[in-house]
Amino acid sequence: MAIDYFYPEYEVARNNDRCITCRVCERQCANNVHSYVEQLNKMTSNDANCVNCQRCVSLCPTKALKIVKSDNTFKLNNNWNQKTMKEVFLQAENSGVLLSSMGNPEPYPIYFDKILLNASQVTNPSIDPLREPMETRMFLGSTVHKIERDKKGNLINNLTPHLKLALPIMFSAMSYGSISYNAHESLARAAEELGTYYNTGEGGLHEDFYKYSKNTIVQVASGRFGVHKDYLNTAAAIEIKMGQGAKPGIGGHLPGTKIVGDVSRTRMAPEGCDAISPAPHHDIYSIEDLRQLVFSLKEATDYKKPIIVKIAAVHNVAAIASGIARSGADIIAIDGFRGGTGAAPTRIRDNVGIPIELALASVDARLRNEGIRDNVSLVVGGSIRSSSDVFKAIALGADSVYIGTAALLALGCHLCRSCHGGKCNWGIATQVPELVKRLNPNIGYKRLVNLLEAWNHEIMEMMGGMGINSIESLRGNRLMLRGVGLNEKELEILGIKHAGE
Amino acid sequence: MLKEGQVRIPSGCAISGMFSKSGKTFNGEDIINSIEIMHDRSNGLGGGFAAYGIYPEYKDFYAFHVFYDNTESKKECEKYLEECFDVVCLSEIPTRKVPGISDAPLIWRYFMVPLPSKLESMELDEREYVVRTVFHVNTNISGAYVFSSGKNMGSFKAVGFPEDVGRFYKLEEYNGYCFTAHGRYPTNTPGWWGGAHPFALLDYSVVHNGEISSYDANRRAIEMYGYKCTLQTDTEVITYIIDYLHRKMGLTYEEIASVVAAPFWQIIDNMPKKERETHEYLRNMFSSQLITGPFSILVGFEGGMMALNDRLKLRSMVVGEKDDMVYVASEESAIRRIQPNLDKVWAPSGGEPVIVTLNGGNS
Amino acid sequence: MKRVYVNEKWCLGCHLCEYNCAFANSDETDMARALKDIKIHPNIQVEENNGIYFAVSCRHCDEPLCVKGCITGALTINDGVITIDKNKCIGCYTCILSCPFGAVAPSEEGVVQKCELCMKTHDGIPKCVQGCPNAAIVFEER
Repeated sequence: MAIDYFYPEYEVARNNDRCITCRVCERQCANNVHSYVEQLNKMTSNDANCVNCQRCVSLCPTKALKIVKSDNTFKLNNNWNQKTMKEVFLQAENSGVLLSSMGNPEPYPIYFDKILLNASQVTNPSIDPLREPMETRMFLGSTVHKIERDKKGNLINNLTPHLKLALPIMFSAMSYGSISYNAHESLARAAEELGTYYNTGEGGLHEDFYKYSKNTIVQVASGRFGVHKDYLNTAAAIEIKMGQGAKPGIGGHLPGTKIVGDVSRTRMAPEGCDAISPAPHHDIYSIEDLRQLVFSLKEATDYKKPIIVKIAAVHNVAAIASGIARSGADIIAIDGFRGGTGAAPTRIRDNVGIPIELALASVDARLRNEGIRDNVSLVVGGSIRSSSDVFKAIALGADSVYIGTAALLALGCHLCRSCHGGKCNWGIATQVPELVKRLNPNIGYKRLVNLLEAWNHEIMEMMGGMGINSIESLRGNRLMLRGVGLNEKELEILGIKHAGE
Repeated sequence: MLKEGQVRIPSGCAISGMFSKSGKTFNGEDIINSIEIMHDRSNGLGGGFAAYGIYPEYKDFYAFHVFYDNTESKKECEKYLEECFDVVCLSEIPTRKVPGISDAPLIWRYFMVPLPSKLESMELDEREYVVRTVFHVNTNISGAYVFSSGKNMGSFKAVGFPEDVGRFYKLEEYNGYCFTAHGRYPTNTPGWWGGAHPFALLDYSVVHNGEISSYDANRRAIEMYGYKCTLQTDTEVITYIIDYLHRKMGLTYEEIASVVAAPFWQIIDNMPKKERETHEYLRNMFSSQLITGPFSILVGFEGGMMALNDRLKLRSMVVGEKDDMVYVASEESAIRRIQPNLDKVWAPSGGEPVIVTLNGGNS
Repeated sequence: MKRVYVNEKWCLGCHLCEYNCAFANSDETDMARALKDIKIHPNIQVEENNGIYFAVSCRHCDEPLCVKGCITGALTINDGVITIDKNKCIGCYTCILSCPFGAVAPSEEGVVQKCELCMKTHDGIPKCVQGCPNAAIVFEER
């Protein structure tokens, strides 16, 4: 190609006064950005290759490196911004669907940031979690109220299977294949230590990880990759994936280059062959079909596992959830439009779906209005970024949350959003052995445990501040929330009052 | 100024209750004296009483106590009640003029039984039928408010200090086996009689001191089962929870206490297996009926009374016993005022229910 | 006794341990000032072959051949740590020849240098261990 339309988006800024030419940047960059010039005893860089993953910055022992946004600018235009123009250039050159990774980064409203929490003053004491019990244990599953007693009048435990969470946070579905063996091991071990669950995604369950099955949710998605009897029966719960927040309405695509060795065996897909999950489940074209799959899975597992149905937050999510709540499912997982992905068409990721806060509020309200909220538990994901997001989600009506991106950040991810390239310098979204080994699960699992324990502490502090000492009393407690800078329609959908009211 | 139902009003309070386990009846003078000594725990913006066993001659009839803003609302409400019930007796509730009690609405009492034909056509349990008519009046008939709807019991309440309210309603003329009382300290001044406590539905009545932090979680859950929290007060939602768990779910009062003031998991996890499983079951099944935040409540019901504190005991509550009498109050002084020589006096711990019944009957 | 061990499963061959070692044995407080424009001679060195990396440093053997062979008593064992007294060393390099791991090397001053577990220079944990980005180098009892 004669003309290069693209000036590098990010530049490596190297402080040569601090650079000791140890070459760690060069060795750690899978994109070949850095190289050593022997004659000059200096490092140099090819900025065009840089994805700004910050691996070199993090490892540089003298802090001689930073990555800065290039200030090369197309002529300013509020309609045709730089990004839009670049995408046109790219497609004019390659004629392809644009691909992206991780969650929607565009400047849509973030409702969590426009919601504030309450605290006790005078009329009701706040509770100090350091001195009093503060409970964050949560059960997920159906709790349709029905009391049965034996002949002596004792209560009979007639509850259907539940998941028991020590804290209301689980790791969301990320398949082995889209992320590495070491990333999976980190998640599994962290879930076990924390008393929560991780989710296999649609990639099967590696034989080494059956030992963590008490803390494993297995996924059944449209491609049915990796699904077999033992896989279903070993799990704590089974999730039917109908949709994903990052790409509602479309299936998955794991390139053949990632279907190697163990990944191929675990997925039960031929090596080197692209693993394509269809957009719909071809045995589910309607809600009554979903009910059949729910009960097929229950039959296959002897009614011992709760069934989760995961959907993307789309416009009529409340009606869909209402249908699912009557389908025999025990848990509904809703994934917001900010949810992450290993690869999605950019246009879909950036334009399809709705914010999880609004989806959650309307689903919870709808299920209550229909009197079927007890049929299911609600789990939400799609950009839960902090303990306060968890907290607000629960107060809006969720039973628990899924975190994906935050967990990957704990493992080192810097959101360079290049997962689809398969050359993750942090050893997460890659199957290249020398990159995978960069994520040592002994470190990774501990960082995940640290993160969630910290969040749980913060949740306890916030609960205590408002005089609540058990997480159930926070669930759906929207009076503890106030909106700031939201219009009446937004407040109405969220079911909260404006600050000052 | 917005009244209860239009705005959520937290309040502090005093409660007192007395119960004769042998079913011996006594008049309302003592309960007035008891609540009076805790005068400073109220601020004159609400007081009330619930009395059990006071209508023996009408014990098979639902006794509705109704506030009316004016004669139009009375006319409309009575028309509706006559459509639903066989009204065997109606009268104004006797009151006397008392300084400190003003702006009284019209206060009427009806003894009724549901019309059998109506009941049959709606295919409802009799008590559910009564509950629905109460909700209908309170939400759809403007200016009418049913504040008592049980059999052989009644609630009496007003805006004012509780001792004045008791004298206003001539409580000394009523004889019952159980009285509970409430003095209110709301944090604003709505001055609406319906907003005073106790809150009563059927024979369940609740007086409550506290401000529960789980309010909206409890409200949104209970509204799913057909209840309407029109007052937005803690006492209202607590009453509905107790009605739901006892009448609709058939839980015993001990089990109800394990739901609303559940033991902490650290306690449950160390219980013997069977007990642990029961508690885990109840907490999981009825997780939205757990009440957190400070409360001390007295639940009156037909033939019994339950006193219960929140799980951390964030409100004071003392129990005293003398012969067949059981006394419960926010402060010991309120018990000593009417019974200085107690056999026993103690403060129950958080979440530990004290349940008393007539002649040791089932709760 | 705690020693430095390397787990090749996690060694990335990034060579940071070498620079951390060189820095630890310099007199500087800033790494850039200590190591800028010099060739480093660290006491730990990454060996690599066929994509396998392994950082090698003194094993602090229980029966060290280097100490046995030292003709001046410059190399001694103190509480299990083999240390070098640079004032006694005459640079005969017998130790270098006798060490089966290649963990003793000549220094720029002519005498020999070797890993002393950062005992002389730093707090409890050797700098190569502290600075390893993947916990491939550990300091532990085995």
